[in-house]
Amino acid sequence: MLFSDVVSRAVLRVKMPPKKPKSAGKKKPKGQKAPSPPPIELPDHPEEIFPVVLTSVTQELFACIADEDVTSESPYKLLKKADIIEDMKTRAAVSDFSPAKQKVLDYPEDEILLVFDRDFVYGTCFYLVVTLEAKELLITPPQPEEEPVEIEREVSKTPELKEWISLGSEVEIENESVRETREKLGFMLRVQRKARAPVCFSDRNASDDKHGNLGCPSYEDSRFSIKWIQRDCGIQAAPTVQSSSAQTQWKCRKNMCSQYKPREFSEEEKDNILQSERMKEFCNSVVLRMLVALQQEEIMNVFHDDWKALGTSPEDGDCSGKDCAELMLYQSFTDQKYSKDRKISCINWHPTIYGVIAVAFTEKKEQRPKELTSPDVRPSHIVFFCFSNPYEPQLLLECPDDIYSFQFCPSDSNIIVGGCRNGQVVLWDISGHVTHLQRAQSSGKKVSANTDTFELDDNKESKTPVVRLCAVSAVESSHKAPITDVQWLPPTFEVTRMGIPVENKYKTSVQVVTCSPDCSIMFWDVRLPKLLNQPASVRKQSPDQKAEMTPFSVPDTFKHLDRTWKPLCRVLLPNIKTSGEYAPLKFNFQNYTCNENTDRIPEEADEDDESSEIPRDFSQLRLPSDKNLTTLEDVNTKLYIGTEDGEIVYIDWKLEKDESGRLHSTKPLNCFSVHSWLVNTLPRSPFFKDVILTTGGWKFAIWQEGVMDGPIIVSPSSERACTVGCWSLTRPAVFFIGKDDGSIEVWNLLEKASEPIQVHAHVTTAKITSITPWIASPKQHFLAVTDELGVIHVFEIPKKLCTPSKNESLNLKIYFELEKTRLEDYLRREALWETEQKEAKELTNQMPPKPLQKADDTHLKEYKEYLVLEESIMKADTQEA
Amino acid sequence: MAEVEETLKRIQGQKGVQGIIIVNSEGIPVKTTLDNSSTVQYAGLIHQLVMKARSTVRDIDPQNDLTFLRIRSKKNEIMIAPDKDYFLIVIQNPSD
Repeated sequence: MLFSDVVSRAVLRVKMPPKKPKSAGKKKPKGQKAPSPPPIELPDHPEEIFPVVLTSVTQELFACIADEDVTSESPYKLLKKADIIEDMKTRAAVSDFSPAKQKVLDYPEDEILLVFDRDFVYGTCFYLVVTLEAKELLITPPQPEEEPVEIEREVSKTPELKEWISLGSEVEIENESVRETREKLGFMLRVQRKARAPVCFSDRNASDDKHGNLGCPSYEDSRFSIKWIQRDCGIQAAPTVQSSSAQTQWKCRKNMCSQYKPREFSEEEKDNILQSERMKEFCNSVVLRMLVALQQEEIMNVFHDDWKALGTSPEDGDCSGKDCAELMLYQSFTDQKYSKDRKISCINWHPTIYGVIAVAFTEKKEQRPKELTSPDVRPSHIVFFCFSNPYEPQLLLECPDDIYSFQFCPSDSNIIVGGCRNGQVVLWDISGHVTHLQRAQSSGKKVSANTDTFELDDNKESKTPVVRLCAVSAVESSHKAPITDVQWLPPTFEVTRMGIPVENKYKTSVQVVTCSPDCSIMFWDVRLPKLLNQPASVRKQSPDQKAEMTPFSVPDTFKHLDRTWKPLCRVLLPNIKTSGEYAPLKFNFQNYTCNENTDRIPEEADEDDESSEIPRDFSQLRLPSDKNLTTLEDVNTKLYIGTEDGEIVYIDWKLEKDESGRLHSTKPLNCFSVHSWLVNTLPRSPFFKDVILTTGGWKFAIWQEGVMDGPIIVSPSSERACTVGCWSLTRPAVFFIGKDDGSIEVWNLLEKASEPIQVHAHVTTAKITSITPWIASPKQHFLAVTDELGVIHVFEIPKKLCTPSKNESLNLKIYFELEKTRLEDYLRREALWETEQKEAKELTNQMPPKPLQKADDTHLKEYKEYLVLEESIMKADTQEA
Repeated sequence: MAEVEETLKRIQGQKGVQGIIIVNSEGIPVKTTLDNSSTVQYAGLIHQLVMKARSTVRDIDPQNDLTFLRIRSKKNEIMIAPDKDYFLIVIQNPSD
């Protein structure tokens, strides 16, 4: 086969690259020699090989006939050199070996290799191998393979060869070994056509032929299905918010913060400007406008509201027909059982519950002793009425005797203090009945509508709750005469035994002041003094007593005081001029409002902490020791007192120590006798802290604290006696005067100072005993008027009398100032006039006769002169005539 | 100069006039009868107000222009007469 020839030739070529005929150079990589020099200009055959053409004769001669002796399998033939030389000699030029003559001669050995070259590799059928090395190589080609193996064997001979023991691995090896079952087949493939033939390409549409294109669509293989449980996937989030910035031109340049100085012109510049033409024109054009405007201002005020100005005072403006300008009767209260043949001595509105009034009934015995035939031994009561039920009392407070005066405690409206006719001070606690009162007030209307329960109400009448008194003062330490006035000290301060005002820690009213015509004023403290040992015993007794008292359900708020109550301090009223004393009927002290001393108070509370929270339980309160409390310097400790004789006494209640160390009251600072009769009321103006109204006798007077000379305003004497006076709560200049003929006068100082603006004649037929205003709601102002018949009239104050006019208090202040100055002037003038009178008297006493004579002389002189004059005139007349 | 003086005298002669200031278009006082600090204060503040008022009037109607501005306060009244180059400010105490 041709393939094998090619392969064998390639193999041969690989194995034997240095096969060069008859050339000296060698290309054997065995490396003994340097790489072959560049081939000498021998035509296409190496040096070692010398191609020779052998004729058939030569072939027969040397027994190397082609394809007989020498075949492709065994192409080598060794020829003897001697033979070749002989041949050459014999045949000389004809010999085939003649071209190789020299080579042969040069050949060292005796035998030269002749190789049959069937393929004409070097152009001839045969060639001679000229060099020994080539020959060696040709003959012994397999030897070099053996040699390295021999070398290896020689090298690795050092380990001892052991006999191999067969352990049965031969079977495994045989199994595992791969053996050829048949001989390998070799194929050579060759395309029949010739290489490098011209090719012609052409286009063909793929869709022309059915098999032009083959599609492989994807399909779901039903043989298997894999469920993807987890899959990795990547997500990129694109933000919805985009921030971008732009730069703008700063067109309007503005200085945000800078320090500046005003621009001004220099003098020259100003002059220049002022002299310029523009300035002149400007002045001319502008002046007219400006003058017009200025004049407009002068002529009238365009913004003046005439309509508003018309009604400056609410009295004038409120001309609607609805509101009457007078007091309207709202309700009357009376109770047959309690008010028969009794007069009302004192009335108070309940401070917190709307529409509840408390009145104290007293006997009218003193005035008409003739009616003693039917002695009324009814127990005295303070009766509570409420608006919803004008004929039934809601609550009764039991009293040991007639109460002339009582008051609700300002800090706790359930505590009431009252002064009795026998001189005792009484305390009540109505905390248990407050809900009843509130219910009564709110549900009163419902009761009347419901006819079924109406009968029950009649029965209930007798079941009006009665509150027994909580505590009553000790008889021996009380007043000796009826207590005519009782007042609580305000919660802002309290008073020590010396009468010195000190701060009130707990801000509750704990002290009461009473006055009585037995010429004394007493301070009472509701708390228990520390020094007495009674507290323990009282407390021990209280559970027992509680058991006793429970049927009457008296709260034991003041159990500690009952029957043992003594006054804290007693102030006597020595007469300023004589040695006697005043008999006070009413008094009035200035209400002290605490200034902001809050930072002091908590400190002291921590020091002297007896009870941490504000105690409601009066029994727990103890009189603090005087040292711990701070003295309040700015409390006005002076009292105004109205006496039985119609005098107004101004006295300081602080006690002083005299030489013997005993405490006694100071002399009063002032005393005025304005009223001809006893002083009834002494109310202080709610607007001006130093203005007091006093009523008594035929006049009333207004006093200002600080003005020691007398009342700043005295009313003209009226026909009827003034029995009560009270200030309006909302208008500084308005007050109400009650008369003994049952009429009420309404005075407004700013309108008319000499007469009342309104007179409600005959409100009742009897003397008016007390008037108390009250603000129940901003729209409802009430005036409670009580009389000697035991009836309470509640009036509604009209709006006109409620709402203050513009700047009323200011105007009133000015008015008072005016009055004050007038008074001072008057007094000064009086004093002056007195001194003048005195002087005049003295003068007349000194020189009684002289002035008479002098007078006569002068008279005579004058008469004489007159006569002379008369004569002269007569003469002149006659002469003329 | 004489014109200005005469103008000022006429205006000063009116009842209740408290002060007069002449200010140029930039707000710099040119002539005044008040003290320097008050003048400077009035000039600065009123100038801004007049500019604002004028621009307001002209924004509403470009054909229009501000002729007079009066500010009435509790204590007094300030009257401003603007012109092309200057303003005249007069402070008056009204009659009542």
